[in-house]
Amino acid sequence: MIRRYLREISVAAATVALLLLLAVAKPQFFSGQNLRNILVTQSYVLVVAIGMTMVILARQIDISVGSHFAICGVVASLLARAGVPLPLMIAGTLASGAVLGGINGLLVAGFRLPSIVVTLATMVTLEQGIRWITGGEPVRNAPTFQWLSLGQSAGEWLVLATAAAVLVLFAWGLRRLQAGRAVYATGSDPEAARLAGIRPDRVIFGVFVVMGMLTALAAILNGIQSTQGDPTSGQGLGLQAIAAVVVGGTAISGGRGTLIGTFVGFVLLGVIGPALIFLQVEASWEKAIQGAIILVAVASDALNLRQRRNVGASLAAH
Amino acid sequence: MSLLSVSGIAKSFAGVQALRGVSFDLHPGEVHALVGENGAGKSTLIKVITGAHAPDSGSIEIDGHPVAHNSPLLSRSLGIAAIYQQPALFPDLTVSENIALGFESGGLWRLVDWRARRARAKELLGRIGARMDPETPVGMLTMPEQQMVEIAKSLGGRAKVLLMDEPTASLPEHEVENLFRVVRELRSQGVGTLYISHRLDELYALADRVTVLRDGQTVATRPMKEVERPELIRLMVGREISAIFPKREVTPGDVVLETRRLGCRDSGLAEISISIRAGEILGLAGLVGAGRTELARVLFGLTPATDGEILLAGTPVRLRTPSEAVDWGIAYVPEDRRRHGVILELSIAANTTLAILRRLSRGGLLDVAREREIALSYVEALAVKTPSIDVAAGTLSGGNQQKVALSRWLATEPKLLILDEPTQGIDVGAKSEIHRLMVDLAERGMAILMISSELPEALGMSDRIGVMRGGRLAGILSRAEATQERVMALALGHAEGAAA
Repeated sequence: MIRRYLREISVAAATVALLLLLAVAKPQFFSGQNLRNILVTQSYVLVVAIGMTMVILARQIDISVGSHFAICGVVASLLARAGVPLPLMIAGTLASGAVLGGINGLLVAGFRLPSIVVTLATMVTLEQGIRWITGGEPVRNAPTFQWLSLGQSAGEWLVLATAAAVLVLFAWGLRRLQAGRAVYATGSDPEAARLAGIRPDRVIFGVFVVMGMLTALAAILNGIQSTQGDPTSGQGLGLQAIAAVVVGGTAISGGRGTLIGTFVGFVLLGVIGPALIFLQVEASWEKAIQGAIILVAVASDALNLRQRRNVGASLAAH
Repeated sequence: MSLLSVSGIAKSFAGVQALRGVSFDLHPGEVHALVGENGAGKSTLIKVITGAHAPDSGSIEIDGHPVAHNSPLLSRSLGIAAIYQQPALFPDLTVSENIALGFESGGLWRLVDWRARRARAKELLGRIGARMDPETPVGMLTMPEQQMVEIAKSLGGRAKVLLMDEPTASLPEHEVENLFRVVRELRSQGVGTLYISHRLDELYALADRVTVLRDGQTVATRPMKEVERPELIRLMVGREISAIFPKREVTPGDVVLETRRLGCRDSGLAEISISIRAGEILGLAGLVGAGRTELARVLFGLTPATDGEILLAGTPVRLRTPSEAVDWGIAYVPEDRRRHGVILELSIAANTTLAILRRLSRGGLLDVAREREIALSYVEALAVKTPSIDVAAGTLSGGNQQKVALSRWLATEPKLLILDEPTQGIDVGAKSEIHRLMVDLAERGMAILMISSELPEALGMSDRIGVMRGGRLAGILSRAEATQERVMALALGHAEGAAA
């Protein structure tokens, strides 16, 4: 059990160590409002990282989520301003995310193009596209859009509850749904999955669509926290999400990883920034430390894999 | 004095004895044929001579000098060059650059003398009578032209010994003669050639002497002219069937699968008509590359057929994807177990149920309890040695992985089970367990198509044996008719042995 979740446990331990350090040095970090602030403002990253986990488990990558995020944010703002009822606004935004993800999925699964190139191309194209459409100007939000008219406190709880629900739902689905199994199988060995009667192309298309919808949801969760829809938001979001996934122990080569891992990865990377501010370390260190954490994570994967190979080989020799 | 002489070479991999005493010598100006069944050890021998594998015992002498610690670099510098079925060249570099890689040495700072390079390439190509522009990128050449570049490259490295492994396998008919001309030309220049081929006609046309390899041992070296074909075949297969197979007679039931003039242009199959009844084990024998795996892939919808018909229980069907084949009750355990039989990262339980996920779930939700039940029952039935069904399949030994691969397909309760080399590379104990299982399954009415390169296994387990050659069915032998010699004669295209 411990061996199996070694990665999740060690990342969680690192996070706890960081929090303990803060508890001693700066106990005010743990004021309820501060913690909630951090989680609320970061929760959209978690939602995107959940989608990214599935994409990476299926042995793909999506670096275009940042521009999807920006577009969906603007779509949500525009719909709200046009007076569309709330459920329709949400449905419309999710649908636009699904379409954007579907384009990636079609290009990758249908035309067998490498996902890193496809999503790089869609990222650049869409970034320019939205700048052209909005003229780079933010879209002023309708007053009803902010916190969905619930007021800040209830709105914040809604954001947290939604992110938590998505995490639980997808963690459960990956383990218990047929589709989850298909994602793992496709990512481990697409040819073997195909031989077992799974359709890897459909699975890959599916994860990109889900990625798009989760990005749209993330855009709503982020958008309702501000007074305007920003067409330049979402920059660096793709890398943030990939970092959380990788630090959480999901293999970039697919087929191995859990959403619990992604969650602890997200918490560790998300807490570092605010923690540095509290510890009065210069903010520019944030990126450097995050980079170091990613390196350590990847290096420990490589070591771990070599070890497992050796064990496998010696077992196979008997 | 001989150019190359090997004696007493032995080599084993993980307990499997690939070579157990290989001795022969190669004279200057000789074409020396090396023949043997699949798995006789030819490829391993080549790798030992080129230094890719270190032998466990035995010695290699080149030009009379013993080579103690062989390595690819050393053997090349001593004048040994290997030419494989598929040329190993850099497709984006030009002919002269590729050839230069064979003989130029020196550091990375050395200046390139382009004119000398080109001249040398021209000269070497001229020596084997190949006419091509040295400035063409190799990727734009045809397969036979690339082979010529390989030969020129090895000559540039002053090769005295050429090892050719099935050099004509990927050549069209009219190019074969050109290759022969080059080999004869090199022979007259004193080059010794070790020539591996399954095509007996070629050997009689080309070789001076022949060495027969069987089960990792050299059984005979004879002048080519003094050995008749039937005797050559006998030398290749003349092995006692020592293993006892648990085969039992089963009264065959209805026809499960029938193919009529089945063909697939992409994989070179044509005119294949076979039928398998319930309870029957049909063996499929043939040399590597004869099209047996390709046939299995067609029957499983991996490379859909382009010609002919497939009938399942009398109904004509089209199999375009594996999932269609699964729906029709076909199961396929592929040859490449390490890569595609089991998914190494998934647990045994997940591997076992991978092909029945749909049946195992309601509304997409997996019945995990049922999954564990099924996985446990197969682990028990097949005696998979594992601490638990939750461990990743990659941690199991080869034989146990094969059992998990089998479990997955038995869980689909197929009507037709296609097994591609089901016991390749697994230990004796697991092997006989799998054989016993096959017999049980046949008795319960499953039709089994078994591809096997191991003749004793094919003979011992099959009710009938289909022999393939060059993408076609060369013949079908009943259990009573089938002997190692007859199967081999059909596989090699030597008609006299084929009574059926």
